[in-house]
Amino acid sequence: MARMTLNGIRKNFNAVNVLHGIDLEIADKEFIVFVGPSGCGKSTLLRLIAGLDSISAGEFRVDDRRMNEVAPSRRGIAMVFQSYALYPHMDVYENMAFGARLMGLDGIEIDRRIDEASKMLRLDPLLKRKPRELSGGQRQRVAIGRALVRKPKVLLLDEPLSNLDAALRSDVRLEIARLHREIGGTTIYVTHDQVEAMTLADRIVVMNNGKVEQFGSPRELYERPANTFVATFIGSPRMALLNVERSGNNLGLAGSGSVRLDRLPPSDERDLVIGVRPDALTVSTGEATSGFRGNVVYTEYLGDNTYVYVRLGDGTLVSVRSSDGTALKPDAPVVVSVAPEAVHYFSRTTGERLAA
Amino acid sequence: MSAASESYYDRRGVLSALGRDGLIQIILILNTAVMLAPIVIMVFAAFKTNAQIFQSPFSIPDFSNVTNIVKIWTETNFLRYLLNSVIVTTSAIVIILALGTMAAYGIARYRFWGASFVLMFFLAGLTLPLKLAIIPLFILMRDLGILNTQLSLILIYVAMGLPTTVFIMTGFIRTLPNELEDAARMDGASEPRIMWSIMLPLVRPALVISCIQNVVPIWNDFFFPLIFIQKDNLKTLPQGLTTFMGEYTTDWGVLFAGLLLSSAPVIIVYIIMSRQFINGMTAGAVK
Repeated sequence: MARMTLNGIRKNFNAVNVLHGIDLEIADKEFIVFVGPSGCGKSTLLRLIAGLDSISAGEFRVDDRRMNEVAPSRRGIAMVFQSYALYPHMDVYENMAFGARLMGLDGIEIDRRIDEASKMLRLDPLLKRKPRELSGGQRQRVAIGRALVRKPKVLLLDEPLSNLDAALRSDVRLEIARLHREIGGTTIYVTHDQVEAMTLADRIVVMNNGKVEQFGSPRELYERPANTFVATFIGSPRMALLNVERSGNNLGLAGSGSVRLDRLPPSDERDLVIGVRPDALTVSTGEATSGFRGNVVYTEYLGDNTYVYVRLGDGTLVSVRSSDGTALKPDAPVVVSVAPEAVHYFSRTTGERLAA
Repeated sequence: MSAASESYYDRRGVLSALGRDGLIQIILILNTAVMLAPIVIMVFAAFKTNAQIFQSPFSIPDFSNVTNIVKIWTETNFLRYLLNSVIVTTSAIVIILALGTMAAYGIARYRFWGASFVLMFFLAGLTLPLKLAIIPLFILMRDLGILNTQLSLILIYVAMGLPTTVFIMTGFIRTLPNELEDAARMDGASEPRIMWSIMLPLVRPALVISCIQNVVPIWNDFFFPLIFIQKDNLKTLPQGLTTFMGEYTTDWGVLFAGLLLSSAPVIIVYIIMSRQFINGMTAGAVK
């Protein structure tokens, strides 16, 4: 069991506030991903959970036991570092045995655990090698193995794929997902890559500027983003945000005309932001269709899809997914029409989602 | 690989590349000759009589003539001097490395108020020629009652060696990645264990540099033993060897034999250590 509770966690480095009160409730066996742009505090939060930095305010509990003052090695937590941090002067076996010995395990138990971990990670033939004789992917597996030998309740992974080349990344990603199922503990994974977050996580914590923007399943984040930050962070190509002015059921966009949409959120704000993903939009050249007018900037042909980038009247660039956009030439005038059920509404002032 | 090197020569021109490399070779060979000449003369002279040394200083001697070496072994206090040098040098080096490494580790890995002052304080020692303080040091040693003991030498050498050792070690220890320390901490290692099992093995090249850097001047030092040691059976090698120089006559052959024997340990230590040191450097570079 490893249920984790973070209650108003704050971190200051001297006068600088890095985390402004983080509240999270993480269930046992969950795969949690912290995602956010660099400098958002996700790695700092991970280090607080690991115990490598002290918590300035707030409380961190594992299974109702307060952990703020507990030494890192006694929290039942193991961590895989971004640079792997393998001990360069020890071979693979020694790297994995080091922590186990310090736990006070006897030699037979250490051998058994290393054997188990190295089978699971296919490290058997490498046990006598030094880290410098291993490839990037192998080092990664050793780092994970070193963590597993300690049989942690919680496994922390800090950007584990960032030092691997692109071809290896998807393999290791699958590997990590498989390991999480096999080990059956709680996993916390830090990344700045939203694709990794979406594919791996049971639930994602989206962070920005030391705050949690949204905490939910990948589907929730994609379908009901809580604010404009999450909306643009999740999904590729990005969701376009349009500053529109509401009058009745008409939404007007400066220089591009207006669109009539039903089911607008019950709000009396005149200034709204609407968010539209590429697949919520269609382009057409006909004058008759209703939509925002704009000009084609360029088209991106990706085989199964084509993305058409259109500059709207107020200068916003939107991407539109289209099955055949190849005929459109740059600068051609087009009309971009919106699928009403796929529009996200946000307040212009706060950026928060407005309930539809 | 071969294609790349061919194009390199094509561009630079084979002749100019060879010419440049050849010139470097010639300079290196000349330099080696200059460096080795005194050592070679010392070795040759150790097997000659006084007369031979003055008649033909550069001639190759009869290496089977070991009378000088036998003489030094049997008729002088050479072994006693050698033992004294070993005692003084080894104790000083052990203390320097132990204290210097611990001080450097503290300065380099922990953030505390006054850390840079402590480092500066050690570095200030680099600028102090201890020889200038010889009279106060003499008075100090006399008052402490350790004149004419090896302890007086060891204390001075430790004081001389610490600044460079702290300087070298701090630089090296600072370059070690923090994540290694964090990883060891996650593994449950205590602070002394992190230092001993994780960090120190990684700075072994720096330890070897500090060691060589201190062994040579301490082993060869003539000045401090001359001042502090008067008893013949406490004298170190460089000091002891001067007893072979008489006021009117000097047996140069025996003196050179003594020099040969006294420099041998340092040269051997140097060769062993430098191999270690080079291994350490390349291991780090390939990583």
